[in-house]
Amino acid sequence: MKQVTATMAGTVIQVLVSAGDNVGAGQDVIVMESMKMEVPLQAEAAGTVKEVKVNIGDFVNEGDIVLVLE
Amino acid sequence: MRKVLIANRGEIARRIIRSCQKQGISTVAVYSEADKAMPFVREADEAIHIGPPPVPQSYLNIDAILAAAKETGADAIHPGYGLLSENATFAKRCREAGLTFIGPTPEVIADMGDKVTARKIMRDAGVPVVPGFEGKMETAEEAISHAAQMGYPVMLKASAGGGGIGMQVVHDDEELRQAFQSARGRAKAYFGNDTMFLEKYVENPHHIEVQIVADNHGNVLHLLERECSIQRRHQKVLEESPSPFLDQQTREQICEAAVQAAKAVNYTGVGTVEFIMDDQKRFYFLEMNTRLQVEHPVTEEMTGLDLVAMQLDVAAGAVLELKQEDVKALRHAIECRIYAEDPVTFLPSPGTIADYVPPKMEHVRIDDAVEAGTQVTPFYDPMIAKLIVSGTTRAEAIARAIEALQQYEISGIKTNLPFLLEVLQDEEFQQGVYTTQFIQRKRIK
Repeated sequence: MKQVTATMAGTVIQVLVSAGDNVGAGQDVIVMESMKMEVPLQAEAAGTVKEVKVNIGDFVNEGDIVLVLE
Repeated sequence: MRKVLIANRGEIARRIIRSCQKQGISTVAVYSEADKAMPFVREADEAIHIGPPPVPQSYLNIDAILAAAKETGADAIHPGYGLLSENATFAKRCREAGLTFIGPTPEVIADMGDKVTARKIMRDAGVPVVPGFEGKMETAEEAISHAAQMGYPVMLKASAGGGGIGMQVVHDDEELRQAFQSARGRAKAYFGNDTMFLEKYVENPHHIEVQIVADNHGNVLHLLERECSIQRRHQKVLEESPSPFLDQQTREQICEAAVQAAKAVNYTGVGTVEFIMDDQKRFYFLEMNTRLQVEHPVTEEMTGLDLVAMQLDVAAGAVLELKQEDVKALRHAIECRIYAEDPVTFLPSPGTIADYVPPKMEHVRIDDAVEAGTQVTPFYDPMIAKLIVSGTTRAEAIARAIEALQQYEISGIKTNLPFLLEVLQDEEFQQGVYTTQFIQRKRIK
C-alpha cells in the first residue's frame, strides 16, 4: 500500500481524484495552499486510489496522510 | 496629520507605529480574527477588528477599512507594502473619503501597476527598458512571430503581474506555444487582465533597485541603490547596499535614471525603481513599486535616514529639506528576511512559536512581527521578521550578520535561519560575486 503525505501544513484547496481512479506516477492528486503558496501533491508511484482522506477546506499538518493508493 | 490608520499587519505595521510615535501622531491598527493576539494590535493606540482571517474579507476589504477610519477619526491611511498598497481604487476611495493616502496619487499607481503602460512611459522619457514587444497578442502564433524576431530565450509576462507572479521564461517556439494560453488564463484569473507582453530574457542578471523620494513641490531625490539578486521563486531573501557589483560610474547612471523615471510620472512620496542589469552592467527598467519596500531598512541603516518619517512628512505637504549631495552611503547594510519555511524545500511552515529570542547586538536591528507564543497562521505571507545589520565595511557587516543569525533563537516552527547562514558563509557571496541565479545554482550542486 502506498500513500501520499502532505509536504507542508496548510489547507486542501483541490481534490483532483476520487476512490477507484487510476493514477500515474508523478500525477497531481491534491492541491494545498499555505501562506499564499499553492503546492500540488503527487502520487509517487502508479496505482488505484483506495481512499481520499481529506476534503476541500480541511487543514492538514506536514506529514499527514491525505490519500491511500493500492 | 494627527491620526494614522495602518491598513496592514505584522512587522510593517509595527515599523509604521514606531515612526508615528516619534512624530507624536497617534495610530490605529486594523486586524483580522487570526491576528488579534499579534504585537502590532497591542502597540497601536487603537485597534479595530475588520473581519475573518482570509484577506478578501479583512485586509483587502476596503469598505471595512474605511469604516474603521471613520469610526476612529483617522485623517490619514498608511497602506504599508503588499495588500492594498498598490491598489489605485483604494487610494482613490481614501481621497474621496477625505483621507490622506500616504503614497502617490491613484493615477500614478494605476499607470505603474500596468506594466505595458509603465514601459511606454519610461521609453518615452528616455529611461532604458528591456527590449521586448508589448503590442497586441491574441494567439500563441502571434507571440511566436514576435519572439522569433527578438531571439530566445524570452520572458512571457502579464501586464498586470508583479512581485514575481505572472512571468515565465521560454526557450523556443514549442515552449512559448505551450505556455501562452495557460499564462493568459492565469493572468485573467489572478489579475482580471489577460494582456501579455514579451521581454528579451537577460542572462545572469542582477536585480538592482533605486530608492527615490519626491515631495509635492517638484523635488525628487534618489537614496542610492539596493542589490536584491538573492532570490528564491523570484522573491527576495537577502538584500544589501551598496551593491558589490556596481562601480561608481554605473551607480551614478542608474540612480540618475531612477530620478528621471520618477519625474516622468510626477511621482510623489517614497518609491522604488527596479532595474535588471546584465553582466556588462547594462541596465533596464523593470517596474516601479509605488510604496514602501520590505527592504527599506537597508537604505535606512546605510544612510541614517527614516523613510517612514519622510513618507509622513511628504504626505503632510512638507518640502524635502534633504539635498542630493547629503545622501551618502555611511555604512554597508544587509537585510535577511526570516521566513517561516523549510530551509531546504522552502515550503511554508505555519505553527506556534515556542521560544523566541532575537539577538541583542550593536548595529543589529530586528523588525519582527512575532514573539514567544505567536501563532504563525497559514493565511498570510511567511515572512515573520527581518534582521538588518550594518558595518563600516561589507566584510564587517557579513561577519556581524552571521553572528546575529547564530544567536537568533526561534523554535516551534521551521525557519530559513540555517539557509540564510549558508548564503552568508558562501565563498562567492562573500566575494560579492552573485546573480539572481545564485540560490538555484547552489541548490542544484
